[in-house]
Amino acid sequence: MTSGAQRVLVLFAHPAFHRSRVQRALLNAARTVVGVTVHDVYDAYPDFDIDVTREQALLASHDVIVWQHPFFWYSTPAIVKQWQDLVLTHGWAYGREGTALHGKQWMHAVSAGGGAAAYTPEGRNRHSVEQLLAPLAQTARLCGMTWLPPFVVHGTHVLTNEDLATHAQSYAALLTALRDGRTAESA
Amino acid sequence: MSADGFLPTAFVFLMAAVIAVPIASRLGLGSVLGYLLAGVAIGPFGFGFLAQGAEDVLHFAEFGVVMMLFVIGLELQPALLWRLRGTLVGMGGLQVLLTTALATAVGVAVGQPWRASLAVGLIVSLSSTAIVLQSLAERGYMKQDAGQRAFAVLLFQDLAVIPMLALLPLLAAPGAVVSTGDAAHPGLLDGASAWVRGGVVLAAVAAVVVGGRFVVQPLFRAIARTRLREVFTAAALLLVIGIALLMNLVGLSPALGTFLAGVVLATSEFRHELESDLEPFKGLLLGLFFLAVGASIDFALVRESAATVGGLVAALVLGKALVLLLLGRMFRMGTDQTLLFTAALAQGGEFGFVLLSYAGQNGVLAPASANVVVAAIALSMATTPLMLLLYARVLAPRLGTRAATTRRASDTIDSAGPVIIAGFGQFGSTIGRVLRSQGIRPVVLDHDADRVDLLRSLGLEVFYGDATRQELLHSAGIHQAALLVIALGDDDQTLALATAVRHAHPHVRILARVTTRAGAMNLLQAGVQEIYRDTLDAAVRVGADALAALGTPRHHALRVGQAFRRRDDAHLRELAAEPREWSGYVDQVRLNIRALEDALQREFGEGVPPVTDEAWDDSTLRAEARGR
Repeated sequence: MTSGAQRVLVLFAHPAFHRSRVQRALLNAARTVVGVTVHDVYDAYPDFDIDVTREQALLASHDVIVWQHPFFWYSTPAIVKQWQDLVLTHGWAYGREGTALHGKQWMHAVSAGGGAAAYTPEGRNRHSVEQLLAPLAQTARLCGMTWLPPFVVHGTHVLTNEDLATHAQSYAALLTALRDGRTAESA
Repeated sequence: MSADGFLPTAFVFLMAAVIAVPIASRLGLGSVLGYLLAGVAIGPFGFGFLAQGAEDVLHFAEFGVVMMLFVIGLELQPALLWRLRGTLVGMGGLQVLLTTALATAVGVAVGQPWRASLAVGLIVSLSSTAIVLQSLAERGYMKQDAGQRAFAVLLFQDLAVIPMLALLPLLAAPGAVVSTGDAAHPGLLDGASAWVRGGVVLAAVAAVVVGGRFVVQPLFRAIARTRLREVFTAAALLLVIGIALLMNLVGLSPALGTFLAGVVLATSEFRHELESDLEPFKGLLLGLFFLAVGASIDFALVRESAATVGGLVAALVLGKALVLLLLGRMFRMGTDQTLLFTAALAQGGEFGFVLLSYAGQNGVLAPASANVVVAAIALSMATTPLMLLLYARVLAPRLGTRAATTRRASDTIDSAGPVIIAGFGQFGSTIGRVLRSQGIRPVVLDHDADRVDLLRSLGLEVFYGDATRQELLHSAGIHQAALLVIALGDDDQTLALATAVRHAHPHVRILARVTTRAGAMNLLQAGVQEIYRDTLDAAVRVGADALAALGTPRHHALRVGQAFRRRDDAHLRELAAEPREWSGYVDQVRLNIRALEDALQREFGEGVPPVTDEAWDDSTLRAEARGR
């Protein structure tokens, strides 16, 4: 259990932000939470030329890292993988001397087209969202970070505006709780 | 005016303007009232600097009105005219009809003959285009509903002058002495039959329209190609004066002729350039016109028949205001805008002077009555700035102005886009094409007449002009632009333009092309951060491809190129941040050599680390794995 003010970094990735309804609502909600840094990765590096020094400095200066993105092919948009490859360097993020991220928290906030029922052993996708995020969970653990269960918005194609507003509210509430250090680890 | 009389007169006029106008502006009275008061001050009833000759000056200065109508015509694209058609014909027509009817009725009621009453009614139905447009524009009212409607009504009035000129001779009192022709302006057609007159008038109008399209535009293009700006200005003046003379010759109003020519040229690429070239002349002549109006008010007559003149002024302003208020109600303008509309248009106009002298010549009005009406109209013009002041200070604050002003905000005069591209050669045109591919229509400024011609024939919206000129930028809408893309090939011009815009319009974001490292440094020092070196991208790509050709994997070559660019940019900004105590042309050359030297030493010097890309480098990982 952590306590006191936590510095929350929302890393946002959506390659076609202008087409996204759900992610836009979530991002707007995140921006309302005081003390949360929002960093739009596609906006910063439209050509995938990621500034490693800048990204590492951002990570170092925050306690909670939240990746917010749509669930593409049971994973992240492409730039998140590029970011992992370039930013999480050996000797900094992992390895014998790589301790820069130790003790930080890592979470995903994703939106998925499929309904909650689809992400069950009996459902079409056969795995839960958290199960499908296993490579990222392991990445976080290898870097000495605490993995938090993902915040998932299901059924984005059929979501009403009212439901979306509710989801956005609970997302903001979750970020607030993370900021205030009020969440239990790996609930 | 004799040659040695000219300079002192000009001195007196300019002195009066330079002293009175800034004071009036400062006091919030507007420049028009400043000019009028200055005119009174230097006139025969003020200090008497201008004992006689105010009439002459007035005559000369009417040319300012002619020029103003030319510029108005330039701004009046057919599309706008079409959009204003309802207001133009409906409100304009009713305004003239109702005012004339009311004035005639009042005239008859006080015992004047109906013919004279109707003549005066027609004359006072006109408002002052010069005063109204100047005052409204100065106070920023032109884009509001009332401003647009006032503009449409004024336009209708200007058009209505033609039939009025035809109608006035028919109103001559039976047996009145008709003096044909103005001694100062002998008409070509005096004594010709009505058919010949009509034919020549039509031919003159056709000549303006056809000539404007097929003679004037190619001529301007040819002159533009010489790149002699003052010749272009001279040609613009020549055009306006030529048309004015032609119209005088056939007995039409010069103002209307040049207005027509302006409309014909409104869709040409020279629109903005003509506008900005004539602007100073127009402004000065209009100022002179207002001065002359002030100086020509016959205060002796006013004192003599104070009751009559005073009554006339009051009746004129109140009567017109009544009709305007009624129209505002009829056309559902809202209280605030109706009041502004009324305050703007409740005065007599400069065409009234012309019609009055014409009516005098034709024996419609006795000279004495005509003089009284002239004085009344001039005084009523002086009330307009006061009425607008009353509106702005007293009436508007009491009403919900904010809500009312934004109602028709999109219905503005010009189609200035949010993006201006300066320079439309190979570089700028590609930028324009990218924007157009996303449905964005930039306003394009270019100084190459041949190219402008070609681009326009392709249907692009391109204007001819030197983008570094403030007036042209203003015409293109820099004050409301969000973005200025500078795609000029000349770094000095780019720097001048960027500096000027940053100073005058700090809200405009600037993306600037620059061709040399020295040019880039100058821009950085001037505070322009978003610079694009036009050879850098292509050169770096060639460098990367050369690496690939030598066996470097293509993706690695690309990333080396990216890293190189970043490093180069950082170095440039470092160098630009160094204080520099020298400037001037020779030093620009030195600066360029210095910048290139710096760049070369950074890459070719001893012990310079190579550009590296550590991404996907697993050497440390392997070392750690083996060491375990």
